[in-house]
Amino acid sequence: MTERPAAERIRDFEEAPLGYTVEQAIEEAKRCLLCKDAKCVAGCPVEVDIPGFLRFIAQGDFDAAVKKIKETNSLPAICGRVCPQEEQCELKCIIGIKGEPVGIGNLERFAADWERENQPSPASAKARPPLPEGEGKKVAVVGSGPAGLTCAGDLAQLGYQVTVFETLHVAGGVLTYGIPEFRLPKKIVDLEIDYVKSLGVDVRLDVLIGNTYTIEDLLKEFKAVFIGSGAGAPRFMGIPGENLDGVYSANEFLFRVNMMKAWKFPEYLTPVKLGKKAAVIGGGNVAMDAARVSLRLGADEVYIIYRRTEKEMPARREEIKRAEEEGIIFKYLTLPVRYHFGGHGWVGEVECLEMELGEPDATGRRRPMEIKNSNFKIQIDSAIVAIGNSPNPLVPLRTPLLRTEKWGGVIVTPEGLTSIPGVYAGGDIVRGAATVISAMGDGKKAARAIDAFLRG
Amino acid sequence: MSWRQGRGWRSSKLNRVVKKEKLNETVSRIVLDAPLIAKAAKAGQFVVVMPTENAERIPLTIADFDTAAGAISIIFQIVGATTRVLDSLKVGAEIAHLLGPLGTPSQVENFGTVAVIGGGVGIAEIYPLVKALKKAGNEVITIIGARCEDLLIYVSELRTHNSELKITTDDGTCGRKGFVSDELKDLIAGGKKFDRVIAVGPVPMMRACCDMTRPHGIKTIVSLNPLMLDATGMCGICRVTVNGETKLGCVDGPEFDGHQVDFEELTSRLKMYRDVEKRAYDHVCRLLEHG
Ligand SMILES: Cc1cc2nc3c(=O)[nH]c(=O)nc-3n(C[C@H](O)[C@H](O)[C@H](O)COP(=O)(O)OP(=O)(O)OC[C@H]3O[C@@H](n4cnc5c(N)ncnc54)[C@H](O)[C@@H]3O)c2cc1C
Ligand SMILES: Cc1cc2nc3c(=O)[nH]c(=O)nc-3n(C[C@H](O)[C@H](O)[C@H](O)COP(=O)(O)OP(=O)(O)OC[C@H]3O[C@@H](n4cnc5c(N)ncnc54)[C@H](O)[C@@H]3O)c2cc1C
Ligand code: SF4
Ligand code: SF4
Ligand code: FES
Repeated sequence: MTERPAAERIRDFEEAPLGYTVEQAIEEAKRCLLCKDAKCVAGCPVEVDIPGFLRFIAQGDFDAAVKKIKETNSLPAICGRVCPQEEQCELKCIIGIKGEPVGIGNLERFAADWERENQPSPASAKARPPLPEGEGKKVAVVGSGPAGLTCAGDLAQLGYQVTVFETLHVAGGVLTYGIPEFRLPKKIVDLEIDYVKSLGVDVRLDVLIGNTYTIEDLLKEFKAVFIGSGAGAPRFMGIPGENLDGVYSANEFLFRVNMMKAWKFPEYLTPVKLGKKAAVIGGGNVAMDAARVSLRLGADEVYIIYRRTEKEMPARREEIKRAEEEGIIFKYLTLPVRYHFGGHGWVGEVECLEMELGEPDATGRRRPMEIKNSNFKIQIDSAIVAIGNSPNPLVPLRTPLLRTEKWGGVIVTPEGLTSIPGVYAGGDIVRGAATVISAMGDGKKAARAIDAFLRG
Repeated sequence: MSWRQGRGWRSSKLNRVVKKEKLNETVSRIVLDAPLIAKAAKAGQFVVVMPTENAERIPLTIADFDTAAGAISIIFQIVGATTRVLDSLKVGAEIAHLLGPLGTPSQVENFGTVAVIGGGVGIAEIYPLVKALKKAGNEVITIIGARCEDLLIYVSELRTHNSELKITTDDGTCGRKGFVSDELKDLIAGGKKFDRVIAVGPVPMMRACCDMTRPHGIKTIVSLNPLMLDATGMCGICRVTVNGETKLGCVDGPEFDGHQVDFEELTSRLKMYRDVEKRAYDHVCRLLEHG
């Protein structure tokens, strides 16, 4: 797939990859062997009928391809862009054993984009199957991230009356406030949300479940509840100086830019202050996003500080590659130990230690160890801490009967049922920070379980 | 339940300004039609207000709530862009987004004798608390202070709920000349025994009150006002250090044990955006003045 050159793309918030042309898409889809026992499907958490939709693309019937995907995946334009395909569907693709696997994610993206450009009102939405059995049964969904949207969309398709409650002023969860425009354009997220709404789902913004209503309140009106409240409180390292001005959590930084549109300040009234040199701490997708946003906001020097090596970085390879192309400076085997004042309470330096890799730890990754007296300092104007988030604490905090793990995750059965009858949960609130597609898979599974529960 | 009448669910469309008044030069009070929030609110909680789609999400204390009427009041000081925009709204206007009630409610029980101290716009914020503490059977002594008489607000409201209302002004134009903490100091020196002190207002005021009560070992609760963004525990901007631990002002607070708060850090974090916010303020002033 063609990409825009790095020098051009760091000047705006437009997407880096340009997507397949019609010819490229057909050609790529034709590579698929249309396996009978398709291994790729097992790699997809929402069980997209991959050979099914690839066959239609190969035939040039893109409308049928989209419909096929949407039978199991209501958010294809999003998944095609942000799924870690290399660890999921494409990892299992038979062709991938010997060569390049079929570009399933890119083709999924292509089909969804084709629909958007050629059928402004989503065709699949009209085909709402009237299932009288579920009629009149109301289900509440907490949170409008991928877990909540998927659960809501599936239940609506089964004929339930679904209300989604979202605390923020825009729906979409991390898709809206976390993942930046250049990786997932907001107009795509909006369209996917509109699609879910077109299935009859009612999305109520500005309602904090736990405070505006409790789960108990909801159960008086709704027959079942799905909690998809996502990840919350950002983690910090607990090192000196971390609360200095100019030290952000990645959530705060990305929220300011993506949700509050701080890059359009003062037309939008929420500011962001970055300066010319920024350090991003962490090695996941969130860190890559924060670093690449920093560049686009005008920072000249952006560091990624990571305590292990490139091999252990959890971010997607293609995002690391893009970050490198764009000029992000990677400081591997480096551990921040303290932030120093630069004046006026603002951060001015991050002090780090050099690390080396020791024996493998429980996760099989080699444990990073500090090299004594290797301290050095990097001059910065701001630091962005991207070392993860704990599950959003609010719903558990206000719902004493809801059982959670010590680290905050809501405990569920394999079907997604929590410790409260009729209350299900999935996505990051159960898994800690995970992926869009696993959140969607959870939403899907819970929808099935809720349907079974309500049919008795 | 309210949502059965089809009203509750539409709350976010209902945030209409039903009443507006200027309490003084820079402080306004707005009553909002917000039945869901009015129903769930407790003393010490706050809302997030976004007057327009391009505004900031700003936290404001629920200064009063009327469950029967389905209304809440907010009282705010015009300090920057978003409060300036909020102040420009007329009766009948809709607030783009209103979320609440937020934060952990104040602890209200019969403590015995409680001093409730309000400074500046904090005077309005203590009003629901004074009412609730009285109802719980406490002896409540209310001390309020402002720079000068013109800036005092809520005096008559507080008086109806409280026989013992002490007033201080920096310039002596009303009540005692001095600070609220001076009044507190004299009360303590005069032998008054307090079981608890609650202080709400500017950071230096809360800090001074804590310094006053610390040697006497009187538990002192402060209502902190760190910068906030989502106000639901997701972003971490509101973090404050309490007893050496990082806490989230929006979820764990806004009330904390004042003797354990790192006020130095709070003060610094509050001015993080001051320079750029001036630009936003000038921007909205220009827009509002030229239509
Ligand atoms: C910057 C960033 C980049 C990422 N990149 C990728 C990627 O490339 N690929 C990938 O697969 N994954 C990525 N992820 C992870 C992925 O986004 C998450 O795993 C996924 O969004 C989780 O979905 P969710 O529905 O569980 O929660 P969320 O998306 O977090 O949505 C939860 C929603 O619930 C709302 N909510 C919370 N509490 C309440 C309440 N009490 N009442 C009402 N509403 C509430 C929240 O406001 C939010 O809108 C990334 C995450 C981040 C932060
Ligand atoms: C829980 C909570 C409850 C609050 N309740 C009230 C209330 O009832 N009435 C009220 O008037 N204010 C209250 N505040 C403060 C209020 O949120 C700020 O005044 C408001 O956000 C300012 O927004 P702005 O865009 O108009 O000004 P900005 O442009 O954001 O700021 C202008 C100036 O005010 C300072 N400032 C900004 N936010 C705060 C703050 N939180 N505390 C102190 N100084 C600040 C800035 O540093 C800057 O110098 C509360 C704050 C919190 C956290
Ligand atoms: S949803 Fe994700 S994992 Fe499933 S087929 Fe599409 S890209 Fe692959
Ligand atoms: S495993 Fe690969 S070749 Fe086989 S159906 Fe799936 S995508 Fe096609
Ligand atoms: S305001 Fe974002 S965590 Fe408190």
